[in-house]
Amino acid sequence: MDWGHVLRLIASEELLSIAGLALLLVAAWAGDKASRAISIAAVAALVGAAVIVAPHLCDGASASSVFYGQMRVDAFAAYAKLLIYGSAIAALMVAPVFFERVKEMRAEYPVLVLFAALGMGIMVSATDLMTLYIGLEMNSLAAYVLAAFLRNDERSAEAGLKYFVLGALASGILLFGMSLTYGFAGSTGFEGIRSALSGEISLGMVVAITFVLAGLAFKISAVPFHMWTPDVYEGAPTPVTLFFASAPKVAAMALTMRVTLDAFGTQVHVWQQIVIFASLASIIVGALGAIGQTNIKRLLAYSSINNVGFILIGLAAATPQGAAAMLTYLAIYVAMTVAGFVAVLMLKDENGEPVELIADLAGLSRHRKVLSACIAMTMFSLAGIPPLFGFWGKFVVFQSAVQAGLVPLAAIGIAASVIGAFYYLKVVKVLYFDEPANKVTGKSDWAHQALLALATLFISPLGYLLTKALGALSATAAAALFHAA
Amino acid sequence: MIHTLAFYLFATLVIASGTFTILSRNPVHSVLWLIMAFFNAAGLMVLLGAEFIAMLLVIVYVGAVAVLFLFVVMMLDIDFAELRAGFIKNFPLGMLLAVVLLVELVVGVGVYRAGALQLGVADGAAASPMGLSNTEAIGALLYSRYLFLFEAAGIILLVAMIGAIVLTHRTRKDVRGQNISHQNQRRPEEATRNVKPEVGKGVQL
Repeated sequence: MDWGHVLRLIASEELLSIAGLALLLVAAWAGDKASRAISIAAVAALVGAAVIVAPHLCDGASASSVFYGQMRVDAFAAYAKLLIYGSAIAALMVAPVFFERVKEMRAEYPVLVLFAALGMGIMVSATDLMTLYIGLEMNSLAAYVLAAFLRNDERSAEAGLKYFVLGALASGILLFGMSLTYGFAGSTGFEGIRSALSGEISLGMVVAITFVLAGLAFKISAVPFHMWTPDVYEGAPTPVTLFFASAPKVAAMALTMRVTLDAFGTQVHVWQQIVIFASLASIIVGALGAIGQTNIKRLLAYSSINNVGFILIGLAAATPQGAAAMLTYLAIYVAMTVAGFVAVLMLKDENGEPVELIADLAGLSRHRKVLSACIAMTMFSLAGIPPLFGFWGKFVVFQSAVQAGLVPLAAIGIAASVIGAFYYLKVVKVLYFDEPANKVTGKSDWAHQALLALATLFISPLGYLLTKALGALSATAAAALFHAA
Repeated sequence: MIHTLAFYLFATLVIASGTFTILSRNPVHSVLWLIMAFFNAAGLMVLLGAEFIAMLLVIVYVGAVAVLFLFVVMMLDIDFAELRAGFIKNFPLGMLLAVVLLVELVVGVGVYRAGALQLGVADGAAASPMGLSNTEAIGALLYSRYLFLFEAAGIILLVAMIGAIVLTHRTRKDVRGQNISHQNQRRPEEATRNVKPEVGKGVQL
């Protein structure tokens, strides 16, 4: 193994870990006063890492395995990493204003986000069960701490503890499945598992696949492993919720794709029914659960469960088109999530206290026209209503399902998305047609406004100009996933 | 012969101490039985020729349990006078356990000298290279083939440490720490003052 070559291939991971370690030292010496500077440096490191991985995406052929098949540097990993780094940058940009108000902006926040991004980068490149688990734990440990970052806030502490206990349980289930897989396949590498599973499948292996998928379903918060999502999303500080709803979702979804399509790729019929069930259940529970919500963060949590269901439809298709559709949807989903949560961050009363109740947003359109328009566009886009870009994601996913012959799945999905549209439209109705509550009067920060403008522009009808480029990139990335098939 | 004998000795004691761990009413006794179970499990590992895992069990688990034991002692309300009261009564039991551990130590060393237990035929994939102890074999793999995972695991531990500090550390205003350089810089002129108080009046410090 040529070390120089390998080290060049994993340069983005090296950059992030060195930046994380160096900034940790800065944090230790300079203290919390330097939080803003450290955040800026962390954003710079993430941009640098994105610049390093971008060429792998443009040049789809340059895929290579490193560390004896434990990791794979390819277009798929590069695509997922770009989304992850982008979300992490957003989470860093919105954080200082939010935490400084409660005097809780500590220098460790950007460092933890960097390490979480590093872990997620390892997750999406993993082609070995051990690499997978190490990446997952690195991301999860940082996430547990971030959820409980507001130590004096009871809800935040509760969110952190809940996330930790349930996350540990899910890791246990996943590990159990992985050890069974190793036992039956005789290898932890995805190549080895793939070739071991090429013939008749044993009952034990079916159990192993089920356990692995159950553990992963927890991480992507697919029904029936979604119960933690609303509580954690509501309790965690809003910038952290933005992070949870975007980057780890992308990473866990990409990981699920690689595990199912690569390692278990020869046994599609075994996991397909599990994915179809999780997908339909997520769409329906996400839509029905959101209806009764009064807190906008909980509403967005159910919305993310709902969206995960739609993304899983692409996985159920188990074709390169399905995988490409998932990747396209993921990119649009990240933009919608960022837009949604940044908008929530901008909802403040005159003292700067966050406003989270939907009822308090009544008649917001009278005095905050632009903000209301952005929220309305995000909601319409999440509902998948045509002129907005959210529709395109749903369209490609359903198209791939129909092409793969899963017409009933697509039909039920479309029907359920109508239920989902109800609660999205309810928010719009409260914004535009209710008597003004005049609760939201606080000023917002330029970083929030810039991010919101960028994300809203992406999900606006102007986003359709990108369909061709996005489609081509997704197809390159998805093709890298099917290299062995 | 000694293998079979040692196996049954260790295996019986693992199960017995495991049972006592869950049956003891006193948490401190539970922890002690747990340590006993770990020692015997380590003995079983020695029997298999996996001396590295045996050492790991003793160092990590027994070490960790010792720390846990300290926490138990600190957090639970245990009456130590009552514990000591049964010293004479429980002395024979304590001696018995000590003798058992001693015998196990002797048997364990004997078995290790006699070579590992042969369980079936090694398939080549899992066997350690000839001429290397398994500690060396694991080390050779860990620092070459699995280098990336090893380093990444190191970062996970670092993240856990940062997390623990972030969630628990706070700078308290109401405690007065010692500032040694500040102390050393003090001159007698600033620290002492010559006053001549009048009778019946206090001194302003």
